[in-house]
Amino acid sequence: MSDVLARDETTGTTRPARHRTLRLPGVRTWVRVAGAVLLLALPFYLDRFWLQAGLFAMAAAIGAIGLNLLTGATGQLSMGHAFFLAVGAYGYCVFAADGGDGLTGLGLPSWLAAVLAVLVAGVAGGLFSPIAGRLRGAYLGIATLALIFIGQHVLFNARDLTGGFNGRDVPPLSLFGLTFDDREVVVAAVPFGSAEKLWYAGLVLLLGCALFARGVLRGRPGRAMNAIRDHRIAAGVMGVPVARYRAAVFVLSSMYAGLAGVLLALVFQRTVPDYFGITLSLDYLAMIVIGGLGSVAGAVVGAVFVSLLPQLLTRYSDALPLVSDPGTGGIAPGEAARYLYGAAVVAVVLFLPGGLVRLAARRRVSPGSGATPGEER
Amino acid sequence: MSTFAELLLNGISLGSVYALIALGFVVIFRATEVVNFAHASLLLAGGYVTATLHDDIGFWPALLVGIAGAAAVGAAVEFLVMRRYRGSDHSVLAIVTIGVDILLTTELTRRIGTDVLALGDPWGDAVLTVGPVSLAHTRIAAFVAAALLITAFLLVFRYTSWGVAMRAAAESPETAALMGVRLGRVSLGAWAVAGGLAAVAALFLTVFPTPGLERATSLAALKAFPAAILGGLDSTTGALVGGLLVGITESLATGYQSDLTFLGRGLGDLAPYLVMVAILLIRPAGLFGTKELARV
Repeated sequence: MSDVLARDETTGTTRPARHRTLRLPGVRTWVRVAGAVLLLALPFYLDRFWLQAGLFAMAAAIGAIGLNLLTGATGQLSMGHAFFLAVGAYGYCVFAADGGDGLTGLGLPSWLAAVLAVLVAGVAGGLFSPIAGRLRGAYLGIATLALIFIGQHVLFNARDLTGGFNGRDVPPLSLFGLTFDDREVVVAAVPFGSAEKLWYAGLVLLLGCALFARGVLRGRPGRAMNAIRDHRIAAGVMGVPVARYRAAVFVLSSMYAGLAGVLLALVFQRTVPDYFGITLSLDYLAMIVIGGLGSVAGAVVGAVFVSLLPQLLTRYSDALPLVSDPGTGGIAPGEAARYLYGAAVVAVVLFLPGGLVRLAARRRVSPGSGATPGEER
Repeated sequence: MSTFAELLLNGISLGSVYALIALGFVVIFRATEVVNFAHASLLLAGGYVTATLHDDIGFWPALLVGIAGAAAVGAAVEFLVMRRYRGSDHSVLAIVTIGVDILLTTELTRRIGTDVLALGDPWGDAVLTVGPVSLAHTRIAAFVAAALLITAFLLVFRYTSWGVAMRAAAESPETAALMGVRLGRVSLGAWAVAGGLAAVAALFLTVFPTPGLERATSLAALKAFPAAILGGLDSTTGALVGGLLVGITESLATGYQSDLTFLGRGLGDLAPYLVMVAILLIRPAGLFGTKELARV
């Protein structure tokens, strides 16, 4: 909408106001409106399985946006994203739980717990800044690998905080008197459980995160980040405080991961340490590479692709060739999904630099203007 | 004291195995400037081939086939994937290797399943006891094999024309190409050598006292990453020192675990990473890595 108004103001200031209202909005606006309506209406039609799958995709999208700010836009390879997801998820549990199950719980209001969990994830990222600000490329990638192992060690051993191997229950979120739990509220003859309610919370969070990241990328910080990725020394010469930017992006990216962790925990309703292993980190890297490095839309597309693919294959495993139920000896749906997106990562980097979003944008944007993925020089 | 000596010797032996893996990692990096995140899956491939064949054709032939198999997988990755990339940015290839790793690891862990595969090594659980110190035969074999292989590799690297070609390619690819070095062959060779070294390492990571080849073996192989990094990615000496440092740290942390219970169980798996972070804080390019210089 805004670009329509802006164009009017630049072309002629004396044009009568009536004229402006008659002008039809562009195709893109219609697509956006239709998409928004569809997303808002889905909880009335989909069953719980698909809503949960969608919520995973939203949480993954938030985390992937954060990783894309770090790896895609600033060129800092991180394999420790799962660690910050874990910090967010477990941080929320610790702050929000009332200690009824024998584990540490501060019993704070759950919205405050969610905010604090995100902040704690940011602090954890900040504590890593002596490393994050100085290392680059593969060195940083492997150094962040340490975070995964430290995280797993803490998750399995700090039983009071994390519940050890069995994990701990996640207290439901409540906001302005509305609790996102399974007590059903009937809206327009559709029973609303936790998945339906969380769906809207997830949409709001994802939209907020996406807009914020877009603002960062399009503004001064985004240019500085791209400059660091493309030529670190030149960026420094032009006055970009390279080390400080690297550390700051790392903190921002871990806060995104923390929020994704909180949302994931709310959807799962239970957090277990095994989930936050190295596989999860690789999944997030796969998401941003497949979707497109350095852009918000790329992160979202990649996250939807990577997190819905296993669910789709599981649901339709009977109808698909080569895929069989888990435990029957054939290729399980989860494995089939991993083959597919492992191959997708290779194929995208070799044949489609810029990822899936570049495919859609190719008609609009002239080729060659896209950011090349990868690390700084 | 004897406990300490045992732990130290075990650590050196384990460290020499890590050094083998890290050496392959460094060789690929030097020859092609690619950081190979698929290294753990090469190792798993070598171990898997050995484990499935040793019943039918005996241990030594199976080991040879395993080494050849892992070398072939490495070469295939180079030939089918790495070579197809036409850009100039080598860091993008690191991301490709992550994709390759996802593919290979999924396939191999699917085949291995929940089994623990024995590699049929001739040493079994025999233990050599000298005075108060006892050491498993497998650990001695690991050290001897790793030392021989590493020495052989360094000699080849230094004196044969293949080694010279590889060092020249690492120094300046363009000049090397103009002097008649075939860069494609050099990088193919680097990947194959790395695969072969990883297969040998797979054997010694899965023999006594570890139960055998299982899905988690690739996690053990990941410890070679800190070994390569803390030594310095572009230094063969660094890979050796890094490997030993990681091995000794792990062995001591595991051995003295009962005295360190306040830090939680499973400290041995964590210690290499903590050492790596500590060293990188002081020397961001690793112990022996060349500090990067850039001309502006």
